[in-house]
Amino acid sequence: MAVSEQQTYVGSPVARKEDPELLTGQARFIDDIVIAGMVWMAVVRSPYAHARILSVDLTAAREAEGVVAAFAGADLSDQWAGGLPCAWPVTEDIKLATHWPLAVDKARYAGDGVAVVIAESRALAKDAAELVHVEYEQLPAVSNVEAALGDDAPILHDELGTNHCYTWKLEAGESERLFAEAAVTVKERYYQNRLIPNAIEPRGVIVQPVPTQGEYTMWSATQIPHILRTTLTLVTGISEAKLRIIAPDVGGGFGSKLDVYAEEALCLALARKLGRPIKWIEERSEAYVATIHGRDVVQEIELAATADGTITAVRVRLTAAMGAYLQLVTPGIPILGAWLYGGCYAVQGYDFECVGVYTNTTPTDAYRGAGRPEATYAIERAVDALARKLEVDPVELRRKNFIREFPATIAAGLTIDSGDYEASLDKALAMVDYEGVRAEQAERRERGDRKQLGIGFSTYVEMCGLAPSRILGAIRYVAGGWDAATIRFLPTGTVQAIVGTSPHGQGHVTTFSQVVADRLGVPIEAVEVIHGDTMVSPLGMDTYGSRSLTVGGVSLWQAADKVVAKAKSIVAHQFEVDDADLREANGTFTLAGTDKTMTVAEAAFAAWTAHNLPDGMEPGLEATAVYDPANFSWPGGTHIAVVEVDTETGSVDIRRYVAVDDLGVVVNPMIVDGQVAGGIAQGVAQALFEEALYDDEANLLTSNMVTYMVPSAAELPKFEIDRTETRATDNPLGVKGVGETGTIASPPAVMNALADALSPFGVFDIAMPATPERVWRALEEAR
Amino acid sequence: MIPARFDYEVAESTQHALELLASREDAKLLAGGHSLIPAMKLRIARPELLVDIGRVSSLAYVRDSGESLAIGALTRHGTIAADAVVQEHCPIVSHAAGLIGDPQVRHCGTIGGSLAHGDPASDLPAVMLALDAELVIVGPGGERTVPAAEFFRGVFDTAVGPEELLTEIRVPKLGERGWSYLKFTRRAQDWATVGVAALVRRDNGGVGEARIALTNMGATPLRAAAAEQALVAGEDDPAAHMAEGTEPASDVSASAEFRSHLARVIGRRAIEEALSR
Amino acid sequence: MRRVSLAVNGVRHELDLEPRELLVYVLRERLGLTGTNVGCDTSSCGACTVLLNGESVKSCTLLGVQADGTELTTIEGLADNGTLHPMQQAFHEQHGLQCGYCTPGMVLAAISLLAENPDPSEDEIRHGLEGNLCRCTGYQNIVKAVRAAAAVA
Repeated sequence: MAVSEQQTYVGSPVARKEDPELLTGQARFIDDIVIAGMVWMAVVRSPYAHARILSVDLTAAREAEGVVAAFAGADLSDQWAGGLPCAWPVTEDIKLATHWPLAVDKARYAGDGVAVVIAESRALAKDAAELVHVEYEQLPAVSNVEAALGDDAPILHDELGTNHCYTWKLEAGESERLFAEAAVTVKERYYQNRLIPNAIEPRGVIVQPVPTQGEYTMWSATQIPHILRTTLTLVTGISEAKLRIIAPDVGGGFGSKLDVYAEEALCLALARKLGRPIKWIEERSEAYVATIHGRDVVQEIELAATADGTITAVRVRLTAAMGAYLQLVTPGIPILGAWLYGGCYAVQGYDFECVGVYTNTTPTDAYRGAGRPEATYAIERAVDALARKLEVDPVELRRKNFIREFPATIAAGLTIDSGDYEASLDKALAMVDYEGVRAEQAERRERGDRKQLGIGFSTYVEMCGLAPSRILGAIRYVAGGWDAATIRFLPTGTVQAIVGTSPHGQGHVTTFSQVVADRLGVPIEAVEVIHGDTMVSPLGMDTYGSRSLTVGGVSLWQAADKVVAKAKSIVAHQFEVDDADLREANGTFTLAGTDKTMTVAEAAFAAWTAHNLPDGMEPGLEATAVYDPANFSWPGGTHIAVVEVDTETGSVDIRRYVAVDDLGVVVNPMIVDGQVAGGIAQGVAQALFEEALYDDEANLLTSNMVTYMVPSAAELPKFEIDRTETRATDNPLGVKGVGETGTIASPPAVMNALADALSPFGVFDIAMPATPERVWRALEEAR
Repeated sequence: MIPARFDYEVAESTQHALELLASREDAKLLAGGHSLIPAMKLRIARPELLVDIGRVSSLAYVRDSGESLAIGALTRHGTIAADAVVQEHCPIVSHAAGLIGDPQVRHCGTIGGSLAHGDPASDLPAVMLALDAELVIVGPGGERTVPAAEFFRGVFDTAVGPEELLTEIRVPKLGERGWSYLKFTRRAQDWATVGVAALVRRDNGGVGEARIALTNMGATPLRAAAAEQALVAGEDDPAAHMAEGTEPASDVSASAEFRSHLARVIGRRAIEEALSR
Repeated sequence: MRRVSLAVNGVRHELDLEPRELLVYVLRERLGLTGTNVGCDTSSCGACTVLLNGESVKSCTLLGVQADGTELTTIEGLADNGTLHPMQQAFHEQHGLQCGYCTPGMVLAAISLLAENPDPSEDEIRHGLEGNLCRCTGYQNIVKAVRAAAAVA
């Protein structure tokens, strides 16, 4: 490649390298893996949300056809070096509940595992699980997060003596004074509906032991093979060096596979105990109780403003459901939004408090956006409430308060490196034809149309790209936020790019190939991205929090830099010149003032033959880089929803959806647009369709895909997606995270649009999801 | 996801199916299987014997019998939805069949299976009730014909006895009658929250006859008799009576109160649509 | 056990099946055709969609024994020695897949849709795929892919 040529892959909609296997049925998902001699595990789960386990009778199950073994929780107590881990004890005095892989004394949510059966086939394990007889003493249960703090609430963890898990605070900038002096304040209360992630592939685990060596290979449908290896060592006592974790093709995660689950620990411990390969595949209805849920947070937000609409301070009180136990990062999820309740507005005073509470429900944990959709929802809805109170256009109120100077240190204490909120707002307004929509809305209001129109805005900033290790340490997360990559040239010019992130649909193989191919000046086909296996890539922090490109991708870039630097020394040596005499661009070195060139790939061959290397240089061309980000990533933008509400049935139809996001430099616009669209769909689903509902005894009512409303293509609109670009200044690629923006930005856009449509009726808020019945009831009450 | 164990026999004929059904206490018919197999996978249903009538091809047909159409019980929803004869003479049936479930369900599910299952949220029962369809049942005692009004007895309970088999559905041609079937769901693939089937015969500028039936407003499909009378009587808003005499359930998809409201709203639109056709 | 004969992707198989074996597990575990995925247990998600005598069906809601004597097409039967079927090609070009788990069922549902309606509108495509759930894409590019495939057909 000539020096003058610019990058060719970054910025192009390169078709995905991942696709052929996935499109032809050749992919290898967890349930596709078969190990000779493997047996199957089935988990017996409590039908009660809160019950003392009086006895577990395994006799009939053990005698059933094909059964290898059956165990109750108490039978396995010698297997555990520790309970299932919580890696984010957010406060010093957090009340940590012990979480055994199988409940021993009490079941604390409907679905809590109480026994396991191991049998020769999937069907026989399921048959035998039905024969396990558990005697329970049913106890009062509580699923409502505020009720769980009540004096008469049943206590989940007797040893803690309370359902109060923690109180976490963040205060800055004289918020009390600013509220006292405020000309205008608004106070709003919202509930973040409990959501079930619903990756279309359920979870699954296989463990293959090599009993004579004490070695174990685990395949798990996980986002986090590296974290899983470390934590399972702590749970089972198996040496990290003897445990290999492989994430095969993984069918979606959205945070639900960012966890260390009981079934993973059980398969590992039982493979050790029984000396046989063990497989467990989750069924969907089982997933609804056994895989983490998201959200379930009561929010109170107050804004203080001057008479001219300058927002001066924000005060937030959260009550967040942990569920029955703390999973990997359960307590930290609401805290991930703690810095964002001021949105993209230049507030001065900040007062945030979150109370975490145990309830008799499936544990909550990271679900796409994780804390940031909650924050964005609260501030974006509250800004609309303030606009109503001030009788100003919500667009203009936003515009007036935007942060404009970057880098911007926000009241909550972090620094946003770059952004231009007005640019994305203006672009989105032009796309949606704001005046046109307002005119049609006015006409419909005028004629009393059965179908009313509303337009809603969400101008957002979010923080992702998890995360600077020092900050993580400061907020008591027990691991770092760096990531690692290795670039290795093979003799014939092929490049192995070994990464510590672990994809499950995001297109890392293609995106990373683009980055590496450009940096090294090799064809994209020459780059082989390798991931998801702790033996091949021992260093890594995995995939979540929109971090894979902004952290992992940067480590890859830096590893490539190191490779180029070594190659440069080789080329200089071969040309018998100084390094300084060489110009490098896109993997080609040119001797200054000549047309003499040599590529990195050619240098790699020279490094392999090692015939003529500088004195003392090691043969081979490979390098590893570990990158710890200097800052979070701060994508932002404007989303606008135009909804049509049938005021008779309460049905809400999204007529237009416009998204203009600033995602920094875009490596693959096709993949990025796909991430945005998928994210918006999940946010729209939160706004209009989905909610996990419990009955009075804390049984899950929306217990399968028939009753829990995952929307199909028929329920969702086309999304109009565009971008603005301000380069991220804290990483050399200039990239920002994209995985969660759609899910973060969209719920308030939709709900603000709905409130806008209903405002002539005096209805300004509907709880999510805005079901037809809720809309109808709100209108009835207002009439 | 895996049903409990059961025995399985393939019926070669209607007669053979009846013999097999009589052979075991807890035998169940399997047609398209799209009501039964989901229940078996969750182990809510645990029949001992499944009698597969899916191969009795003589039960899959649409015949024009002059005043009415005869539809074999094993005719699939997708076939009915696309059938030119049904579309011409009884479009409410083809339309409703095309709203059931999703395309995959319609490729497998059968009209007989759907009706005999007796699910109050299913679409075809209300359509049959509005049409005053006749359902042909064969059993050990021979063949009998039951009007739709007597066919649906309760939740998952119909006139088809444990040793009997629904073989044919006879629906009258609509002729000049206007029709509508409107279904309210949150997602396209869902069971009806509420559905309204309306048939109207226009007469001298008014409505000479109205037959309106409701989906999921009680344990069985129900006639909206008060609304029918009000429509024929020329009242301003006959749909206001739509929920009278109904006892809808409250569940995760809607409260009883909202179902009653929806019946009125959807019913109003169904009447309008029927009158416009 | 019951002896059944299935023609899968043009190859005939004689199998002895337990009646409770669902067709999807017959394909996956008896025949090793693991491209057909299981995403739910309520016949909701459509990940297990295959073509039975040319029409889309949910193979989790059919017993293997019910399929006796039928012709089945699974995702493995579409590409011709590395040349993708036009629908697969359209999904690839339009980025109609992310994690790929719903994809085999989605592709087969889309093929069945075009067989019944060769030139569907966007709305008809969306409703034609109402039995298939995808959690990654928001359906945006799936709809685009089906339109593109219809255009080249």
